[in-house]
Amino acid sequence: MSVLQPGQSYDASPGDANASFGRPKPEGVDTAHGAILYLEEITVSFDGFKALNKLTLDISVGELRCIIGPNGAGKTTMMDVITGKTRPTLGTAFFGQTMDLSRMTEYQIAQAGVGRKFQRPTVFEQHTVFENLELAMKMDKRVKPSLFFRLTSEQRGRIDDTLKLIRLNSVEQRLAGLLSHGQKQWLEIGMLLMQEPQLILLDEPVAGMSDAETARTAELLNELRGRHSIVVVEHDMGFVTEIAQEGKVTVLHEGSVLAEGTMQQVQAHERVIEVYLGR
Amino acid sequence: MSLTLNKEPLFAKPAWSGILVCAAVLAALPILNLAFPEGHALHVSNYVVTLIGKFMCYALAALALDLVWGYTGILSLGHGLFFALGGYAHGMYLMRAIGHDGVYQSDLPDFMVFLDWKSYPWYWSMTDNYWYCLLLVVLVPGLLAFIFGFFAFRSRIKGVYFSIITQAMTFAFMLLFFRNNTGFGGNNGFTDFKRILGYSVTAPATRAVLYLITLGFLLGALLLCRWIVKSKLGRVLQAVRDSESRLMFIGYNPLGFKLFVWTLSAILCGIAGALYVPQVGIINPSEMSPGNSIEMVVWAAVGGRGTLIGPIIGAFTVNGLKSWFTGAFPELWLFALGAIFILVTLAMPQGLTGLAQKLKKYKEGA
Repeated sequence: MSVLQPGQSYDASPGDANASFGRPKPEGVDTAHGAILYLEEITVSFDGFKALNKLTLDISVGELRCIIGPNGAGKTTMMDVITGKTRPTLGTAFFGQTMDLSRMTEYQIAQAGVGRKFQRPTVFEQHTVFENLELAMKMDKRVKPSLFFRLTSEQRGRIDDTLKLIRLNSVEQRLAGLLSHGQKQWLEIGMLLMQEPQLILLDEPVAGMSDAETARTAELLNELRGRHSIVVVEHDMGFVTEIAQEGKVTVLHEGSVLAEGTMQQVQAHERVIEVYLGR
Repeated sequence: MSLTLNKEPLFAKPAWSGILVCAAVLAALPILNLAFPEGHALHVSNYVVTLIGKFMCYALAALALDLVWGYTGILSLGHGLFFALGGYAHGMYLMRAIGHDGVYQSDLPDFMVFLDWKSYPWYWSMTDNYWYCLLLVVLVPGLLAFIFGFFAFRSRIKGVYFSIITQAMTFAFMLLFFRNNTGFGGNNGFTDFKRILGYSVTAPATRAVLYLITLGFLLGALLLCRWIVKSKLGRVLQAVRDSESRLMFIGYNPLGFKLFVWTLSAILCGIAGALYVPQVGIINPSEMSPGNSIEMVVWAAVGGRGTLIGPIIGAFTVNGLKSWFTGAFPELWLFALGAIFILVTLAMPQGLTGLAQKLKKYKEGA
């Protein structure tokens, strides 16, 4: 970044379309500058151990970003910071231009438009597939509206669409606890979609899946590409190669960014090979 | 009647008929008591009417407990406190209604004369108004639960820690109410009630009316709770029970939901206590003892938690056994209660209703 020298001035002409001054305050997340998530110099230390060490990372609107890295690189901690589960020791985390994630609770962050899929599938096992999706659906989630809630046909339609997308339409009345591992993962992705989040965080979405299930999940993510901003943390290199395509891949190591670029660039990176991919 | 929600009836048809038959049988008891003279084959004794009336109050308390424990996963070991507070609130009116008919024939209740108090303390003001006392029945347990719940749930106190705090709370209140200076009759509590709204509390007709009101409240509370657990809010409560943190990540704030159900449960329990006092004729601090609250948990567990009907059945079963046991082998009752609890926990974790469902499935399978 260049610094202005004495006597120098910015060379922006008056009436420049990009230098917008008065903007109406947008509803919800403000992404006027093209990025949806800003992590700056985030440090998280647990009793002196730095799970994240000055991590700086931006995610653009509509981007599908893959994040890889060895165990203990801080991938899950990063997701915890974004979703409000862990507070950063230092640094700032912003959702859009205005929302300071380090000052929001888990449910406020979720309502603002950040959805997360956990490493281990966590669905409500005592609820049916349908009820799981209904609970997750975007709506007023306070006490009174919940008590008097009645499903409209439009909402019913949205649940049906999601059921088809995640291929669980034949088992909508089954208890979620009775689903197979792969089906639970899809149900969780379906619950994410019902929330209509702008930013989706997926923590190892294909862990423990069969090859066919993995392929189906990749297909599912490709359908979502562009409609949401998506961050995928994954170990499975084949899967990452398939979904990253020409997009950016970020490599984390010891709590900070080691390398960033397309999958090919990253795979050719000297240090990445050394610490992660192996020679 | 339009008792439907989301196009689904509150109960399935067989359950409806079961509930109505039970309600009809229960409603018939005090009528048989009044209609037939003693010695007649169809006469139901005063003892039975009082006993079943008492059981229905217990059943209402167990139902209230099921809402927080069975559905929301919050185990309260202090619901006896809300029960007793409702009872005391109603009891204040009953004490005032004694008038000059006490032993000392004073304006004040006997225990205050005994303490040499000259006038009612401030918190007794207006308690001669029946409707004000009914308001207290709802407000006192409700407010206490709301304030306690707000701080406990906001601090995210859960599981066994929460249970222990509720237990400590009821114990603390018991010690407070045991003190004579608290102004609630010390360890004797309130008793010797004479009349309620001008009617003698011991008259069979008054008892029958109290009994029928209790039955009405029990049925009403059952329908209300059923409506709540069948709503989307009910599914959120069960999600709180199963995975509270997951619920936060899909955008729900559990605090409001827990506070709602906790306060409602305390109010229902307070109403149960208020109905209990005129029928039994006494309220004293032993109702707040930790053992009483634990016994409520046993009723719910024996009947089957998370079913609403189960805890009602459990309250009747355990208390029925208790009545028989304390007559036949008085010193063995606590051992029997412990044995029942262990048996239920080990052999039928879903309680009596779970057992019934298993038998039904087995029959259908065979």
